[in-house]
Amino acid sequence: MYRYDEFDLGFVRERVAEFRDQVARRLSGEMTEDQFKPLRLMNGVYLQLHAYMLRVAIPYGVLSGRQMRKLAHIARKYDRDYGHFTTRQNLQFNWIKLADMPAILEELAEVEMHAIQTSGNCIRNVTADHFAGAAADETVDPRPYAEILRQWSSLHPEFSFLPRKFKLAVTGAAADRAAIQVHDIGLEAKRDAKGDIGFAVWVGGGQGRTPMIARKLRDFLPEADLLAYCEAILRVYNLEGRRDNKYKARIKILVHEKGTDEIADAIENEFASLKGKALDLPAAEIARIAAYFAPPALADLPARSAKLEAAKAADVALARFVDRNVSAHKRPGYGIVTVSLKPVGLPPGDATSAQMDAVAALAERFSADEIRVSHEQNLVLPHVRLDDLPELFAGLAAAGLATPNAGLVTDIIACPGLDYCSLANARSIPVAQRISERFADLGRQHDIGDLKIKISGCINACGHHHVGHIGILGVDRKGEEFYQITLGGSGDETCSIGEIVGPGFPADRIVDAVEQVVDAYLGLRRDPGETFLAAYRRVGLKPFQEALYADA
Amino acid sequence: MAKAQATGALAVTANDLRSGTVVFRRPDGRWSEEVLEAEIALTAEAAQALLAGARADHDACIVVEPALVEITMTGNRPAPRHLRERIRAQGPTVAYGAAAAN
Ligand code: SF4
Repeated sequence: MYRYDEFDLGFVRERVAEFRDQVARRLSGEMTEDQFKPLRLMNGVYLQLHAYMLRVAIPYGVLSGRQMRKLAHIARKYDRDYGHFTTRQNLQFNWIKLADMPAILEELAEVEMHAIQTSGNCIRNVTADHFAGAAADETVDPRPYAEILRQWSSLHPEFSFLPRKFKLAVTGAAADRAAIQVHDIGLEAKRDAKGDIGFAVWVGGGQGRTPMIARKLRDFLPEADLLAYCEAILRVYNLEGRRDNKYKARIKILVHEKGTDEIADAIENEFASLKGKALDLPAAEIARIAAYFAPPALADLPARSAKLEAAKAADVALARFVDRNVSAHKRPGYGIVTVSLKPVGLPPGDATSAQMDAVAALAERFSADEIRVSHEQNLVLPHVRLDDLPELFAGLAAAGLATPNAGLVTDIIACPGLDYCSLANARSIPVAQRISERFADLGRQHDIGDLKIKISGCINACGHHHVGHIGILGVDRKGEEFYQITLGGSGDETCSIGEIVGPGFPADRIVDAVEQVVDAYLGLRRDPGETFLAAYRRVGLKPFQEALYADA
Repeated sequence: MAKAQATGALAVTANDLRSGTVVFRRPDGRWSEEVLEAEIALTAEAAQALLAGARADHDACIVVEPALVEITMTGNRPAPRHLRERIRAQGPTVAYGAAAAN
C-alpha cells in the first residue's frame, strides 16, 4: 500500500500546525467567522445541522487495519462512537467539536491520513474501483494511477480555485464499479494488443441538478501522457468554466454548452503544448509507485475449497453470504468479500467504533491487512482465502456485519439527508430503513435479484439517485417531504440516467410505491435471469407508470 | 438566514462556536440547547431585538449562524414549525451509533 513519503508527511504536519493556530485564533476571537470559514472548509470541516462535521479523505478508498483502528478511536474519543462512510469513499464524523479538530487531524496524520481537499472548489479525493488489485476481471490495477493523480492534484497551485469542485474516478476493468461516466474525469486503464497500458478518457459526466453522462475524448491515451492530458483538461476548464453561476460551473455544463468537439479541440491544443515536457510520466516513476501496490503474498491454492463447500452445505446462512457477498478474485482459491454496511433497518454506511475495530482485526487476519471503502457505502476485504471464509463469516456475524445482501434491494445507497445535512430538502435514511424493512425477507430479496436503490435528500445527488435502477429524490413540497422516483439509471459501463416516472409521493406512500415498482418488474420479467435493469430497458417506463398511477 | 415575519412566534437559533451544538437564545441572553427555554418573540420589533442580541454574540465569538426560526406553540410549549428546524432542535430522527446497532 502507498506510504507517505517525507514530503507528504512534512506537509501534512505543517498543515495541522497551521490549522491548530487558526482554530485557536478563531476561538479567541482574533478571527471572524467569515475569515475562518474558508480555512476550516479547506481542512474538511463543515458546519452541518447539528454540529461540525469532519470529512476524512480515504484516497481511492484504501485503508489498512491500523488506519481503520484510528478512525474507530477518533469516533470513540471525539464523536458519538460511530462514523459514516460516504459515496465518495470517504468517512464523515458527525459530532465533532471545533476545539478538538486539531487534535483529531494530528491523530489522523499519525496514520498518514488527512482531510485536505475534501471540500472546496479543487480536485477532490480521487476514487477508484473498490475491487482494484483483486478483481478477476481486472486488466490493469488502477491504484498506482489514482495515487499519481492524487500526488499531482494535491495542492496543485493552479487548480486550487477552480470554478467548482472536480472529481476523478479510475477503473482498470471493463465492468465499471467506479461509475467513471458520471465523474468530471473518468479513466479506464486498459491494455492494447501489444500489452501497453493506456486510458479511455471520459470528460464531463456528473450528477447533481443537471445529470450528464461523460463524453469519451480518447479511447487509448498512452500511459505516459496521463498527467499532461489531465492538466490540459483542467486548464481548459479553469479558463473557460463558468464562474457566474454556481449551478452552471461544473465541467459537464462547459462540455454541454460548447459542444464536445470544441472542448475536445481546446483540450488537444493545450495537450499539444504540454506533451513531452515536465508532466510526462517516466516509466521508472510509474514502476516506483506501482511497487507500493504490489499484490500481497498470496498462496497457490486450488480454485475450489473443499473446506468452504462442506461448510456451506452445513450452513445455509454461510452459503447465502458467499453467494451474494463474495466476488471472483484474480487468484484461484481467493475471494473478495463485501462487508455490507446495510443491515436491515439501520442507516446505510454507518459503522460503530466496535465494528470498525472488528473489521480492522478481520482484515489483518484474513485479508492481507487491506480494507476498501466502496462508493456503495460498504466495506471490502479484497484478499480472503476461500478456506477462511467460514471463520471470517463468523467474525463478521459477531460484529453485526454479515448481512448477505450485496447488490440486492436492501443494499441501498442513501445520503445523510435532512437528518444531518444542512442542504437537504427531505430525509433519506428513514426511507432507506423502511424500504429495507419492507424487503427484509431474504428469500424475496434473492428472488428479486440485482437491484440498486439510491436515495438523495436533495438535488445535489450525493446519494447517486440519477444512476439508481430505482432512484429516489427527496424534495420539499410546501413544507412536506415528497419523493420523486426515477427508473432505469445505472452507474456502470452501460451508464444511463434514470427517467422520472411521474408525480412524487409523500413520505407515507414512498415505500408502497417502490414495492409496486418491484412487483411490476416481477410480473413482467421474462424469467428470473432478466434483471430489473434489463427488464426496464426492454419495456420502458410505461408498465411502471401504469402500476404506480393506476388509480390516478 | 430567515427573514423576520411581522406576525407569528419566532425564536433565535444558532450553533455554539466551540462545540457546534444547536442552541436557542434565552430571555436572559444566554444560550440553551433546549428550545423549551428559548425566548419567544411575538412582534417584528421583538424579533429584531432578539436577532440583534444574537448577532452581537456572533461577533463576540460565542455562536455562529444565528437565525430566526418560526415557532408553533402547543399550549405554552414552543416547537419549531418546520421539519428542518425541528430536527435541528431534537436531533436526527433515526437512531445512530451503538444505539442503532443494538
Ligand atoms: S444529496 Fe443533498 S441532502 Fe443528501 S448529502 Fe448531498 S447535499 Fe445533503
